[in-house]
Amino acid sequence: MIRAIQLSYRVGNKTILNYLDLAVEKGETLAVMGMSGAGKSTLLKCIGGLIRPTFGAVEIDGVDITRMKESELDAVRVKIGMVFQYAALFDSLNVYENVSFGLRRHKLMSEEEIAEVVRTRLAIVGLPRTENLMPAQLSGGMQKRVGLARALALDPEIVLYDEPTAGLDPITSAAIADLIVKTRNELGVTSMLVTHDIATIKRVASRVAMLHSGKIVAVGTVEEMEDHPNPIVRQFITGSGEGPIRITE
Amino acid sequence: MGIITDVRRDNGESERAGRIDLVGEVLQDVGNEVAAVVSAPGEYVFRAFTKFFEFIGESSILLTRTVRFILAGRIDLRDTVNQMAFIGVASLPIVLVTVAFSGAVLSLYMSQLGVRWGFGGYTGGVIGLSVARELGPVLTAVVVTARSGSAIAAEIGTMKVTEQIDALRALAVSPVQYLVVPRLIAAIVMLPVLTIFSDIIGTVAGYLVAVVNGVAGGGYVSSLKSQVLPSDVVKGLVKTLFFAVVIVIVGAQQGLRTTGGATGVGRSTTSAVVISIVTIYILNFFLAYVMFGGKTAFL
Repeated sequence: MIRAIQLSYRVGNKTILNYLDLAVEKGETLAVMGMSGAGKSTLLKCIGGLIRPTFGAVEIDGVDITRMKESELDAVRVKIGMVFQYAALFDSLNVYENVSFGLRRHKLMSEEEIAEVVRTRLAIVGLPRTENLMPAQLSGGMQKRVGLARALALDPEIVLYDEPTAGLDPITSAAIADLIVKTRNELGVTSMLVTHDIATIKRVASRVAMLHSGKIVAVGTVEEMEDHPNPIVRQFITGSGEGPIRITE
Repeated sequence: MGIITDVRRDNGESERAGRIDLVGEVLQDVGNEVAAVVSAPGEYVFRAFTKFFEFIGESSILLTRTVRFILAGRIDLRDTVNQMAFIGVASLPIVLVTVAFSGAVLSLYMSQLGVRWGFGGYTGGVIGLSVARELGPVLTAVVVTARSGSAIAAEIGTMKVTEQIDALRALAVSPVQYLVVPRLIAAIVMLPVLTIFSDIIGTVAGYLVAVVNGVAGGGYVSSLKSQVLPSDVVKGLVKTLFFAVVIVIVGAQQGLRTTGGATGVGRSTTSAVVISIVTIYILNFFLAYVMFGGKTAFL
């Protein structure tokens, strides 16, 4: 369903993604883990068509989106829901207007139908009757859930999550993780999340990929990753200060 | 007692030392800048040129895309009306105050000199021409830049650093269509309207000050009627169309290239205002030269 082929992204002399290969199969939830600054969000934005890679291809259902014009990309973006690290809700719009934003802009249905979609999506994320609240009135966890409801409003086939539990307490993180599982089960979407939160990965991921030095160095199930021969993967999973990964000041 | 004095002396000395350190750092920064210019003037000029052409390129692309959306009819009327209220209606009081007092101070000097040297009867014409051709359009544009151009850069800049621009694109909504198109149309419609009010208030304020300073009211009006042609007013309004494009495109361009959180937003907002005002003044000279220049300008 999603395939990154020899994906590279450079900014000036800095290489963020280095001829990276990755595949996400239909209906699965793939978690990409890696250090802060490893390029996880860049990878997600390349796959979501928000930034163009320096080299390589991103195929969605076999079609390379990196060579598409902006107008052609819009047709692909409608199929992809994106949940941002800090929710990225439109702060001048209330919850209803945020969730209905895409539907209204694309004039996909009547206002009554839009209201029904907003109601059901807010119910899925566990925030009924919050339509009139402004983003500033919501907690971090609630904002992320509204961000997910907004991403789901256009009925996407793929949902991309950028650090879905960053900055949340463990209980709210667990609730968000359960929501990702519920979304996949109820709506049958293909999910990809980037995170360094091992607890969330264990809760949601059907497969895990480790991003290090711009490349995917290991892919497998959570159990396989825990016993992986690659010391980089083992060090990351165990959160050990000893190992090949060194934090430099 | 001795210990307290020593502590106070220590505090004073460390405070002084802190100030000296700060001054030292500032001088070092200035020195580095000067050294960069002196030691590598070629590189400095090259960087400045690169930045300039980047700005021109990005602004041109942004303007082209915005115009393309407008020509394709992809305009959100509700957003456009909201922006017209923000850029136009809400700016009116401050525009009126600014132009009224500018017209008044111009009239103060003109009428005093006119009465003293016997050309007070020309005051209305001079004030009217100054306001219609220059003060009205330029001051209105400057006030709108300060108020709305800065807001455009700050709002779009904040949306950029909080990933709201990415969220728009992820929802297959063009940030140019959603954010720039309504603002550009609103500015193009409202700047001439604001300028008409500016022209009226500037001339009326000039009249009041002239009359207080001994110029005959009838003389002011007749001079105004004979010297200021409808074409002067229209040409002044045409200038504001160019200013509207500058205010919105520069504000949006600076907003869309914002990086680096709150500091970046502040930097973009300042740049947008500075670039817009400088561009408006330069553009104004060339527009005035084309519209009012030549030998027949005051005939």
